[in-house]
Amino acid sequence: MSLINCKNLTVAYEGKTVLSNLNFEIEKGWRVFVIGENGSGKTTLMQTMLGLKKPLEGKIIYGDGLKHNDIGYLPQQREIKKDFPASVYEVVLSGRLNKCGLFYTKKDKQAALESMAKLDILDLKNNSFKDLSGGQQQRVLLARALCATNKILMLDEPLTGLDSKTSAYLSSLLLDLNTKHEITLIIISHNFESTMNLSTHILHLNDNQVFFGTTKDYKKTTYYKLMGGK
Amino acid sequence: MFDILVSMFSYSYGIRAIVVGILVALCASLLGVSLILKKYAMVGDGLSHVGFGSLAIATALNVAPLEVSLPIMIVVAFILLKISENSKIKGDSAIALISTSALAIGVVVISVTSGMNIDVYNYMFGSILAISQSDMILCIILSVIVITLFILFYNRIFAVTFDENSAKAMGVRTNYYNMLIAILTAVTIVIGMKLMGALLISGLLIFPALSSMRVFKKFKSVVISSAIISIACVFIGIYLSFAFNNLATGACIVCVNLVVFFVCWLVAFIKQKVELNKRKKQVVLENKQE
Ligand SMILES: Nc1ncnc2c1ncn2[C@@H]1O[C@H](COP(=O)(O)OP(=O)(O)OP(=O)(O)O)[C@@H](O)[C@H]1O
Ligand SMILES: [Mg+2]
Repeated sequence: MSLINCKNLTVAYEGKTVLSNLNFEIEKGWRVFVIGENGSGKTTLMQTMLGLKKPLEGKIIYGDGLKHNDIGYLPQQREIKKDFPASVYEVVLSGRLNKCGLFYTKKDKQAALESMAKLDILDLKNNSFKDLSGGQQQRVLLARALCATNKILMLDEPLTGLDSKTSAYLSSLLLDLNTKHEITLIIISHNFESTMNLSTHILHLNDNQVFFGTTKDYKKTTYYKLMGGK
Repeated sequence: MFDILVSMFSYSYGIRAIVVGILVALCASLLGVSLILKKYAMVGDGLSHVGFGSLAIATALNVAPLEVSLPIMIVVAFILLKISENSKIKGDSAIALISTSALAIGVVVISVTSGMNIDVYNYMFGSILAISQSDMILCIILSVIVITLFILFYNRIFAVTFDENSAKAMGVRTNYYNMLIAILTAVTIVIGMKLMGALLISGLLIFPALSSMRVFKKFKSVVISSAIISIACVFIGIYLSFAFNNLATGACIVCVNLVVFFVCWLVAFIKQKVELNKRKKQVVLENKQE
């Protein structure tokens, strides 16, 4: 059974249909990249997959033992309260919420520290989240998503706002997590080059589903050429 | 000054006011941080006005005011929360509608039954004399519940306040926790209403958190410091109210909070200037070294 099965999915905001009739299945271990123009409904789709938004028609089915609290999620930048009084550590640790009871255990704290180490933000641990630069905040939120899961990461534009060194590092980190730890990746991205390099599968959206399949097959399509691929 | 303190503690109503004041200050400041960050300040304000209405009606019917208000307020908290969640812009005016209506109904009911007397004044602006023995016991029980629930769910309240969507995506039942925040706020308003006054109690919810957010940058420090600020302000406010012949207690407490807010704002402002200067000096030094 597939990890996530999307069946005849139609999503709308107050009567205005944003996505119509999507059908695809995501298997464990895939690296699925979701692409499409601004406003094509990528964020909406991810929020529907997370259960934050109810579909108008159709449904999302979790399989393979996947549960809601197995997912690590990075929201798109504009959805975060940028002026919130919280330390970096407090933010990252909140990613462990789905794993803990009422209070965080040693193990949770350890996991938070480890994922901070992976994103190289240990030295920012006691800094205030709101005083960080945009790229630093992005890394903090990635660390939070990372320590929330060992199954699947859903990232909404994780590379946006990062410098080229950090974004290259992050790309290799994501690849590593996927190949070594079998973490499934669903990533929304506007960076065409890294999408082509990292993905195993592509979902191209434009109000409806333009393409879903392997990256290899995508490269044969006309969309690929239109997007600037060679 | 010391004499006044001693005499304040020698009256049983003085002690009751202090006990209730400290407990309400603690509850209000803990919740205030989330209320502000979630932009629910209006909900708190609306609730307090509804509280006045229900106090007035309870007094008119000659039934125990706080005990009657409590269930009403919890229901209203539920309604106000739903309104504010549904459609953002209309929610604001709907809450204003409800809160002014409740206030008007309260005033009318009181005028018709007992007339605009000192009780009304006390319900609006607070009094240290108003708290009975049974009020204090109710307050102790309820505030222990509020504080315990806040501590138990602290981590979830943090997550729901910081990033509701992500918390929801992780499987946290965010609407339960929003509801929890609203209900605890309602309870806090009920137990604080007699001391603070219905028109002024939202100041106790908002001010301490706002003040400590000027200075502190971590969620935990903001929560702890606003609790300390809140308790200190309530204590000083009650003292002033006592010293000046039972001057409206809620008004005294809010004024003290205002002063503290101004001081915190000033501290943050100076801190910022100092850091800016430091940075400028560093730049100059670095330029010289080159
Ligand atoms: N909360 C909302 N209420 C109403 N309409 C919305 C809402 N959020 C998004 N939309 C609409 O849905 C459409 C898809 O938005 P969405 O944010 O999913 O696009 P996106 O593909 O993520 O775009 P971007 O690349 O800019 O992030 C847009 O036309 C937008 O106007
Ligand atoms: Mg988007």
